[in-house]
Amino acid sequence: MSAPGRRPLRPSRVLLHGALALLAALYLVPVYVTVAGSLKTLREVNTTSIWTPPAHPSLAAWRDALTPPLEGAGGIGPGIVNSLLLTVPAVILSSLWGSLNGYLLSKWRFRGSEAVFAFLLYGMFIPYQAILIPLVQFLERLGLYDTLPGLALTHVIYGLPITTLIFRNYYAVVPVELVEAAALEGAGVLRTYARIVLPLSGPGFVVVGIWQFTSIWNEFLFAVTLTSNPDSQPVTVALQNLAGSFAALYNVQMAGALVTALPTLIAFVLLGRFFVRGLMAGSLKG
Amino acid sequence: MRGRLLTILLLLPAVLATALFVYFFIAWTGWASLTGWNQVARMEGLFPDFPFVGLRNYRSLLATERFWPNDVLNTVVFTVCFEALCLSLGLLLAILLDRQPRGEGLYRNVFLLPMSLSFVVTGTIWAWLMNPTTGVNVLLEPLGLNAVRRGLLGVRALAPLWAGLDALRIDVVRPGLTADGRAALGAVVIAAAWQMSGFAMAMFLAGLRGISEEIREAARADGASELQLYARILVPMLRPVLVSVVVILGYVSLKIFDLVFIMTRGGPGDSTDFPAIYLFDSAFKGNLWARGASVAVVMLLASAVVVLPYLRRQLRGGGEG
Repeated sequence: MSAPGRRPLRPSRVLLHGALALLAALYLVPVYVTVAGSLKTLREVNTTSIWTPPAHPSLAAWRDALTPPLEGAGGIGPGIVNSLLLTVPAVILSSLWGSLNGYLLSKWRFRGSEAVFAFLLYGMFIPYQAILIPLVQFLERLGLYDTLPGLALTHVIYGLPITTLIFRNYYAVVPVELVEAAALEGAGVLRTYARIVLPLSGPGFVVVGIWQFTSIWNEFLFAVTLTSNPDSQPVTVALQNLAGSFAALYNVQMAGALVTALPTLIAFVLLGRFFVRGLMAGSLKG
Repeated sequence: MRGRLLTILLLLPAVLATALFVYFFIAWTGWASLTGWNQVARMEGLFPDFPFVGLRNYRSLLATERFWPNDVLNTVVFTVCFEALCLSLGLLLAILLDRQPRGEGLYRNVFLLPMSLSFVVTGTIWAWLMNPTTGVNVLLEPLGLNAVRRGLLGVRALAPLWAGLDALRIDVVRPGLTADGRAALGAVVIAAAWQMSGFAMAMFLAGLRGISEEIREAARADGASELQLYARILVPMLRPVLVSVVVILGYVSLKIFDLVFIMTRGGPGDSTDFPAIYLFDSAFKGNLWARGASVAVVMLLASAVVVLPYLRRQLRGGGEG
């Protein structure tokens, strides 16, 4: 490939850039509308088209989305806190557990280990509706229904297939000689993991961490069925409630949507290429 | 030997958790769908303690218009349109980016950005964008698209065509208006494609980048134009990637819930109702637990038909990886 700077400006290049710029603009339309809408005052959002930029940008809608002035209408502030309390431990636990499983399934194979892998993996390809009703019953009996630990447990367990899969693929490229050399020196399964494999796992943890963070933060089905009061509701449920109680206040809704999206957006902007690797892991061969 | 025993022991928690939370729960749902558990009640035993009623829940499911044919048809139409839109957009974007334009990374991030959002966020935003009195429709009016639409609908010779499309629940002329039943489905499709087409793009682009430069050079040496190169050689080579994308998007659309829940809540009428919404309403709002369980079983079977053959092929082929 020649250096981009020396490439002559051919009509096909102009066409290429035109098409990409147009498509990118189209994809960004909802982003523009959300940001512009969230900066408008109530009067402005009701009197102007959603396409006009805010004349006097104001953060009032952001404040109202977090802590609404109306009696009885909950903001998404508590939801943000709940989502953090839910997501952080769940991400740490499921990454560690997936790393251990992935290591065992890729470096300590035994007869039937492929079957074990397939057994674990199928959980990733079921619609969760198929387990939702017994899950609610089960958590209720354990006293974990409508609690953040119950929701976190749910995410850790149903995150097992993807975290195991990503780590298994990640460790597949770690040379088996490293593990064998450690074994010759008398290191067992766990010591090899702690001394040899774990120190090499940084990028794997970033991929899995980003993926699980995004999935759990964004999740709605478990959140809406396993919690029933604002004290334990994650931000996605809080946003849905906000949209319900502020049906006509689109500026507040857009601000709420932006605040909800911000953590995963920041993670995506900072660590996008790791996010893409997690995204493609779902196709198994990645 | 000690290593093997320890390995199995360390894997045991994951295996047991999966056995309980995935396989046992699926069996539990299957059993519940065969009982008369359609009232508020707390479980006492391990399984719902209600009289076995055989396939009665499934029969009444088939007699419920909201589910059959409405939800099933909606799912089919949604899946076909959603796949078509994601695949064509994804392939187009991947080919454009495969040309290595300046700013490729930035473009890629723009198209992937919606993937990092929650369907709840997407739904909140697109419900406003597709609002009948603001948003997209206000923009379309000056462009004259609505006039074109009215004109086309008025052409008498085309009436059988519109009637046919209407019967198939396909609306090609009305843009997204959440107040209009048939068009509301289109609005949901567009929002879903906005979010998920980046996934198709990323997969196709990775596929294209995985094709060796020699193949391209050989084709160029044979005098193939760039267009022919893509149409005849590169795109056909994406077949395995295409299968992955179709299966994963199909799995997403069969269980579509959150986006619809936020955008239209199944309405207007039942025009954007889907099995997952119906399940939620039956079980979690209406205490028709056995009914909900039977919907869940139908959803599981439908997804298994799509996923299992794919999974088997992938595991067999990718076992060494």
